[in-house]
Amino acid sequence: MQGVDGLFERMVHEHKDRVFAASLAMTGNRHDAEDVAQDTFIRAYRALATYSPERIRDLKERAWLHRITVNVVRNRVRGVKPRLVELNGSESDHSPGPEAKAMEHMQIDELATRVADLPIRYREAVVLRHVRDLSYAEVADALGQPVGTVKANVHRGLKLLRGDDHDRVDD
Amino acid sequence: MIALTTDLKRLGAVKAPPGFADRVLAQVGMADSYAPFETVLGTVYVAWNRLGVSAAARSKSAREFEDWFRKDVGRQVMPAEAPPDLAGKIKDELNGKRRMRFDLRGLTTFEQAVLRKTRQIPRGEVRPYGWVAREIGRPAAVRAVGTALANNPIPYFIPCHRVVRTDGEIGNYGGGGPEAKRAILTLEGVRLKRLQDMARGGFRYQGVRTTKIFCYPTCYTGRHALEKNIVWLHDEASARAAGFRPCKVCRPAAVA
Repeated sequence: MQGVDGLFERMVHEHKDRVFAASLAMTGNRHDAEDVAQDTFIRAYRALATYSPERIRDLKERAWLHRITVNVVRNRVRGVKPRLVELNGSESDHSPGPEAKAMEHMQIDELATRVADLPIRYREAVVLRHVRDLSYAEVADALGQPVGTVKANVHRGLKLLRGDDHDRVDD
Repeated sequence: MIALTTDLKRLGAVKAPPGFADRVLAQVGMADSYAPFETVLGTVYVAWNRLGVSAAARSKSAREFEDWFRKDVGRQVMPAEAPPDLAGKIKDELNGKRRMRFDLRGLTTFEQAVLRKTRQIPRGEVRPYGWVAREIGRPAAVRAVGTALANNPIPYFIPCHRVVRTDGEIGNYGGGGPEAKRAILTLEGVRLKRLQDMARGGFRYQGVRTTKIFCYPTCYTGRHALEKNIVWLHDEASARAAGFRPCKVCRPAAVA
């Protein structure tokens, strides 16, 4: 167990930012992102405990963790409804930091919200390809989809994000 | 609109919030959480993880507790809100009800055996170091028992203060020195003065004339005996010679 614990601790420190960024883009807000990122690592830890030494040695950590994140998000969508921002009054609890930083923060969060609004098949593809900067082959691997499908989904997702989706989405 | 992919990349450079890694490690039981609790003993800092309570100390500050924990237990620890049932469990434990689970990983099997055995000593009673050694099947390891108890990471809840010397001295105490040990035992209802008087005269046991049973002086089975029926005894041989048999509850000698 000492070996797995040590490996896991290194994994958390090495990949926490990547996993959190992917989670933020997938969920659209920092609260849910932290939940998803935590779930990702907890599942990873449980899985590691059952893996053979060979399997652990051959693990492609980044792709593996991203696959878990994607699954966590898929399961959440099935289970809980995403929290909606209340329209009548009460603002979100953005603690105002230094001005410039807060601006940047807001822009990023705003973008994350837009990404999170994409249908899930486009969202997964866009997040892994462009937010996480994986190659098409790696994305295909992480999602268990053919490369062609991934490319099409990324293209369609970006198009939706740019807002030119009013014409024919289905062509 | 070419900026879109650049913006997405900036989104990808977001950092995990501070403390995130520690929270993850705490969730899988690799890091511990702690909080201060107000108790009859004053402020006690208690650390826990998913396996149970892992440490306790009457530190002067949160900082002092954290430093001690990292050095002594060797894991990360961070302040957290206590699980809702923990405060109740702490209160019950200090009142003599045993409800807590402990995480004793990191201790040797010998140390774990010593602490488990010590936990069986009821509130209001004390046992000598030699009793713990004999009960765990290592009768010669009396000094090692003392060392294991001195390094008890969870004092008060694993009651190492209930293990005392047989010569009437109270013995050392990792939870705040002999004075603290004396204070806690008094709080628990142990009559230290009487123990000391017996020890100074070389008496280790007490026998009850009506039942012909001999016990450790604090054993609750002898508590309701009338003082006139109690005799003080030096050792097992003289007790047996006087017709007494050892108590089966406090086990002052191997029950033959």
